[in-house]
Amino acid sequence: MKTELAQYRKEELLRILTIMQTIRAFEEKAGMMYGLRKIGGFCHLYTGQEAVAAGAIFSLDLSKDYVVTAYRDHGHAIACGMDPKKAMAELFGKVTGCSHGKGGSMHLFDLEHHFMGGNGIVGAQIPVAAGVAFAQQYQGTGGVTLCFFGDGAFHQGSVHETFNLAKIWNLPIVFIIENNQWGMGTNWKKVSAVDDFSATAGAYGMKGYSCDGLDVLEVRATIEKAVSEARLGRPSVVEARTYRYKGHSMSDPQKYRTREEIDEYRKRDAIQSFVTKLTGEKILSEEEWKDMIQRISAQIEEAVAFAEESPEPALSELYTDIYA
Amino acid sequence: MPELTYREALNRAMDEEMARDEKVFLIGEEVGEYDGAYKVSRGLLAKYGPKRVRDTPISELGFTGLGVGAAIAGLRPVVEWMTHNFALLAVDQVVNNAAKLRQMSGGQISVPIVFRGPNGPAEFLAAQHSQSLGGFWMHVPGLKVVAPATPSDAYGLLKSAIRDDNPVVMLEAELMYPWKGEVSEQEFLVPIGKARIAREGEDVTLITYSKPIRMVEEAAERLAEKGVRAEVIDLRSLRPLDEETVVHSVRKTGRCVVIDEAWPMASPGVTVAQLVNSRCFDVLDAPVELVSGEDVPMPYNHTLELAAQPSVEKVIAAVGRVLYREDL
Ligand SMILES: Cc1ncc(C[n+]2csc(CCOP(=O)(O)OP(=O)(O)O)c2C)c(N)n1
Ligand SMILES: [Mg+2]
Repeated sequence: MKTELAQYRKEELLRILTIMQTIRAFEEKAGMMYGLRKIGGFCHLYTGQEAVAAGAIFSLDLSKDYVVTAYRDHGHAIACGMDPKKAMAELFGKVTGCSHGKGGSMHLFDLEHHFMGGNGIVGAQIPVAAGVAFAQQYQGTGGVTLCFFGDGAFHQGSVHETFNLAKIWNLPIVFIIENNQWGMGTNWKKVSAVDDFSATAGAYGMKGYSCDGLDVLEVRATIEKAVSEARLGRPSVVEARTYRYKGHSMSDPQKYRTREEIDEYRKRDAIQSFVTKLTGEKILSEEEWKDMIQRISAQIEEAVAFAEESPEPALSELYTDIYA
Repeated sequence: MPELTYREALNRAMDEEMARDEKVFLIGEEVGEYDGAYKVSRGLLAKYGPKRVRDTPISELGFTGLGVGAAIAGLRPVVEWMTHNFALLAVDQVVNNAAKLRQMSGGQISVPIVFRGPNGPAEFLAAQHSQSLGGFWMHVPGLKVVAPATPSDAYGLLKSAIRDDNPVVMLEAELMYPWKGEVSEQEFLVPIGKARIAREGEDVTLITYSKPIRMVEEAAERLAEKGVRAEVIDLRSLRPLDEETVVHSVRKTGRCVVIDEAWPMASPGVTVAQLVNSRCFDVLDAPVELVSGEDVPMPYNHTLELAAQPSVEKVIAAVGRVLYREDL
């Protein structure tokens, strides 16, 4: 999909860049904090994929739209507007975290910003997302649900059952496959019968789109189109080709891929190429970009300080939050 | 005797059984090129090739069911579930197919298959990745369920499971994989359905299975310092359950504490407690105590996470209750 910078207002472009950079800075800090054992267990970083969450979620009207994703969820949460303080505190297991320290990295939730998590079971969020879309349709809210999942998740039965449900009931949903090429240590080509996930949409009578997941404006334009169709009851499938820079989770020696492969993708870094475009068109100056980086890293430092200073949940919290 | 880790013991069992019987193959996520998510299958792809060590897509229902089909048609699949949490997607294939095909076919068909992988709480993994699900399988007639707690038992029980003509579910644990223990160099089998007396004692019987064994042994050690001689039973198999070993021990001690990481309702722990109540009622000097996981989804926060699980302190307190001793 062709995109022209001129289509966008400057504030809009800078806002998108801010989101991407906030995610990048958050993830880099989270990685460091993991190294310091402030964070434990699984922690799946989104570094490299920022353009997908930022571009896609920017197309939404979160007063009525919803977002659902899997465990690699920090980027989506931030793009939906979750305060990085609440996200970092959750990673630290503190009571001030978005889920009171009970969910951790994989289970960020922010009802206020219509971010419905944060699911740790591969593929499990997909029918749930269709259910959210069903409720939107049922209640006539005019809202749409964006459902994110990975190239590995694509092979769960839940995908195929949900594609069919979405189509037969004309649910207002867009399925976004973030094809970062790897599902843990498995290359997507090795386990997929098709070499283009978006093509499978046709088998269910839906429209399929592909976009370059490293080009935030292309993601944005594609999802905008898909979302406007979904609002009319036409669900669709979007494959965004992207790449994850870091290991699957924190303890992944990554023997399955080469340094060169990672470096190749880093050369096409989504944030860097967007910045180059913006500075080339004089929409952003070097100075402004440096300021932005600084402002964001200060914000992330604040989030860490907040997480650090926050108390742990009291023991009595063990039995709270379980039943409504 | 050489020491092996629990992980190496499982690996050796699979290796030997694959060498012994062409019909045995391993299937699951990341079992081949990645050497297993927890490295249990290390080296098996290199040795046996991709025909017998099969990497799958993330499709638990699909490859578990495929395993069942391969088993009824003459093979002996070992299905590795990356964890039991993910096996919940495949419950139908295990409960409605693997466990029932023999009976529904009037004994024509057998289902010689092993389902194995880590189960139970690990660390910092939160609700969906940290839960003890053995009771889900133990509930089902037609299945066998084993839960080895030492490298030696892991080796011997996995070999028995692979040779068994019935579906066997094996409960391992992420935190047990690095545990070390002696494993005889000589080939041997551990029979399914036989418990192990891990420690002998006269005053109280502590019954557990899987990962809590070390914690329970530590509790027994501390109790010994206070003059309480605890007998520790490691069940090893949940189905069939070795009723005789359990009953014999409790008839000797007259007091019983069951320790189970699972939630307390409809759990392996309450099944064992019920067995003791019904067969040892006349000799019991106190009601059977259950030290279970707390009745909550596992929280991520580490302090809460530890509080949600059985501990040495909780076991000692329960022993104090069955012995009517407040000083323990
Ligand atoms: C049902 C289930 N099976 C297996 C796992 C273990 N697991 C976690 S993430 C993952 C890979 C998923 O890959 P993909 O869908 O491509 O997402 P990505 O991690 O690349 O974002 C696997 C196998 C799980 N969490 N849930
Ligand atoms: Mg992937």
